[in-house]
Amino acid sequence: MSVHDLEKHFQDKIDQETKIEPLDWMPEAYRKTNIRQISQHAHSEIVGMLPEGNWISRAPSLKRKAILLAKVQDEAGHGLYLYSACETLGITREETINDLHSGRAKYSSIFNYPTLTWADIGAVGWLVDGAAIMNQVMLTRTSYGPYARAMVRICKEESFHQRQGFESLLVLSKGSPEQKAMCQDAINRWWWPALMMFGPRDTESTNSDQSMKWKIKRKTNDELRQQFVDMCVEQVKLLGMTLPDPHLKWNTDRNHYDFGEIDWNEFWQVVKGNGPCNKERLQARKQAWEEGAWVREAAAAHATKKQKRAAAYAA
Amino acid sequence: MNTSIRRFFYGDIPGQESAGTPVPQGPKNDWPLWEVFIRSKQGLDHKHVGSLHAADAQMAIENARDVYTRRQEGISIWVVKSQNIHASRPEEAGELYDPAADKIYRHPTFYDLPDAISHM
Ligand SMILES: [Fe+2]
Ligand SMILES: [Fe+2]
Repeated sequence: MSVHDLEKHFQDKIDQETKIEPLDWMPEAYRKTNIRQISQHAHSEIVGMLPEGNWISRAPSLKRKAILLAKVQDEAGHGLYLYSACETLGITREETINDLHSGRAKYSSIFNYPTLTWADIGAVGWLVDGAAIMNQVMLTRTSYGPYARAMVRICKEESFHQRQGFESLLVLSKGSPEQKAMCQDAINRWWWPALMMFGPRDTESTNSDQSMKWKIKRKTNDELRQQFVDMCVEQVKLLGMTLPDPHLKWNTDRNHYDFGEIDWNEFWQVVKGNGPCNKERLQARKQAWEEGAWVREAAAAHATKKQKRAAAYAA
Repeated sequence: MNTSIRRFFYGDIPGQESAGTPVPQGPKNDWPLWEVFIRSKQGLDHKHVGSLHAADAQMAIENARDVYTRRQEGISIWVVKSQNIHASRPEEAGELYDPAADKIYRHPTFYDLPDAISHM
């Protein structure tokens, strides 16, 4: 088959909603796009453990501590599912992790913001996991099989993340004046960065057409963002709190909420590495990797020793 | 086809340098990759659930326990080194499965029986 035929066959499969599997022929750009997107997604899960990990030892009760531990452990699992999906495209785990540590690969900018109070943990669960879920639900239908399957597994685990966050805020919203203030403050700080998670406006997304055609993604950044806004405006009412946007208004023509302008300058600054915690996050990842080196080496040495023993015994 | 795709997807942060370009590196000491299969309590068979890296089989099972059964998804785990899995080739799917295509008489619905017969 000529390359042209292969490409046509490939696109036909996608149009017929047949998943693309690791051994199937695929255009190089499709492979690269998936490697980049899946690995960034994996890194986000892993780096995302850091802001929450910050509060595990300081959670206000044993119950909250156990919940937070379980959530953070889930995120580690999500990272693993995604790294594995990425490996099926022909890149090694080590290469992927090197790319993160060298700064070549990115992760979601949201994790470059600090978690300053306990209420931030609730806000992260509600808003950050909430925004991630919108995207991940869409990705359960992405065209690359291993990525879609990882997403199905992840989505099953995510809903508890968002619920525990909202519930935690709900408790604060009914608490003392200080707790209420803390709750509102956390929402104020996390709202805009959460909206930025959906990425630049569609009008700036020059290349997303190809990704839609290949069904890597199925909704645009703005569609997902709008869906998220509409959902949160209703939910925040249950908390008796407000979202920090004076322009939020129901639009009867569009049947959606209008909302204010995102500070795109801040967005690009954080992407470029100038967010409040960029350096700290990467440093923490590198340190964990380096300090874990002896464990990896010891486990490998132990495995070799056991293998040799078994071989000697068999001889 | 020369489409350059490099920016603007959710969770996909734009940048000139994209991931996926092999980095020059020293000797490989990656742990081998293992495929994980789990049988749930009511399940009849082990199902593939994912993969992970581990130094040996014991560690692979323990890590699979931590990652894939956090919500009591299973009561039995199999691990097998990924390199030991051999797969049929997608491009041969046509010929490979063709022999089964014209044998509809292998299915019970092929046979027309009087309605009076039950439980058959
Ligand atoms: Fe996650
Ligand atoms: Fe999560």
